[in-house]
Amino acid sequence: MRINVDRDRCVGAGQCVLAAARVFDQDDDGLVTVLTLDPPAEEADAVREAVHLCPSGAISLVE
Amino acid sequence: MTDVATAPSFPMPRECPMHPPAEYASLRADRPIAPVTMADGQRAWLVTKHEYARTLLADPRVSSNRSHPAFPIVVDSDREALADPDRPFNRTMLTQDPPTHTARRRAVITEFSVRRVQEMRPRIQQIVDECVDAMLADGGPLDLVQALSLPVPSLVICELLGVPYADRGSFQKDTKMVLNRNSTVEERFAASDRLNQYMDELVTAKEAAPGDDLLSRLIIKNRQAVTLDHLDLVGMASLLLLAGHETTANMISLGVVALLERPDELAELRTSPGLLPQAIEEMLRYFSIVDTATSRVALADIEIGGITIREGEALVIAVNAANWDDEVFAEPQRLDIHRSARHHVAFGFGVHQCLGQNLARLELEIVFETLFRRIPGLRLTVPAADLPYKDDAAIYGIHEVPVTW
Repeated sequence: MRINVDRDRCVGAGQCVLAAARVFDQDDDGLVTVLTLDPPAEEADAVREAVHLCPSGAISLVE
Repeated sequence: MTDVATAPSFPMPRECPMHPPAEYASLRADRPIAPVTMADGQRAWLVTKHEYARTLLADPRVSSNRSHPAFPIVVDSDREALADPDRPFNRTMLTQDPPTHTARRRAVITEFSVRRVQEMRPRIQQIVDECVDAMLADGGPLDLVQALSLPVPSLVICELLGVPYADRGSFQKDTKMVLNRNSTVEERFAASDRLNQYMDELVTAKEAAPGDDLLSRLIIKNRQAVTLDHLDLVGMASLLLLAGHETTANMISLGVVALLERPDELAELRTSPGLLPQAIEEMLRYFSIVDTATSRVALADIEIGGITIREGEALVIAVNAANWDDEVFAEPQRLDIHRSARHHVAFGFGVHQCLGQNLARLELEIVFETLFRRIPGLRLTVPAADLPYKDDAAIYGIHEVPVTW
């Protein structure tokens, strides 16, 4: 699983952080940052949930 | 828009105060994107299916521009005023599309990040405890709306923005007037003008002498890289104040009543407060109090669900309907605190999704946990069915919740 984030699309809703706090964070501008581009297998469901919940389509996955 | 032989009136009446209009379910089964007739006679597409609501709200061809001549108007309004660029509300992120929306939202998102909101937890807990202290000192019976539902989010947003809480009397009253569907157009715009006038003076004072609050930080940041003028700042301040107190207040009232009506679930939440965040998502889904703020207008032809929405056609994306889609939420009429309701669209979807949603979640969690722990004998003094529900308001809720213990 590899995560791509598009910060230009991010609207800072923070849904990714709520879904997968060990993988996503918000930087000083409130925009998405990825803490690990290759998250461990046990985070996979949380990361998929983050993708689904992101309102602006800023996160995508290559599985 | 073809085949508009039958286009029921919108908004539709509720049969049960705790449920969305029954017509939403029959429309979803037959025509999940159906023509309706707005109060001013305009035809619009009513979207009642969760999947289509999400898709359309995330589509950049779907506009939030309320000055567009075809933007659907849920309550009687004045199109000229809605298009007037000198009215601060028309300059807010709520009524703008990208890229203007993007710049305005980015000016404030750090203030509402997950981390910043969590840092507010101790202060919110203190505010809630003080309200409950006052309730206990009063002894009841009392109106929960005035004692808790309105004061908590009003105090929180006032402190965050730097708005004096002592001024709440006028802004709470004017907010109610703006949102009341029975206000005349003149009354609504006069109330909106008073709110803007108040905010104009406040922003002017902060421009002269910034303090330590969101509006002052915004003013200082804006000086370094100017993206907002004075009227934009006034619009932003008014929007955040209005959106920050009325919505959460209504969710507190509805949530408390819903839990008092479900003693088994309430008992479970008392013993397992860890279930609260999930229960709150379910309550947000169930009540979906801001049903039609997700109205839009199409800027291009859009193919969806076997129909074509034409450029310039109006869309009412009813989140209360989408959140009761039984293909997504089985038995939607059951308030199930064990359900995973996280993918509801009660906060909207797409780039306009509620900026303050994480603050709302935290306020609800602290209020429910504290209230039911500290006043375990809380009960309504009238049957829940007889409460004065806000059938007359753009944001659903309850006018008054008489309680005792």
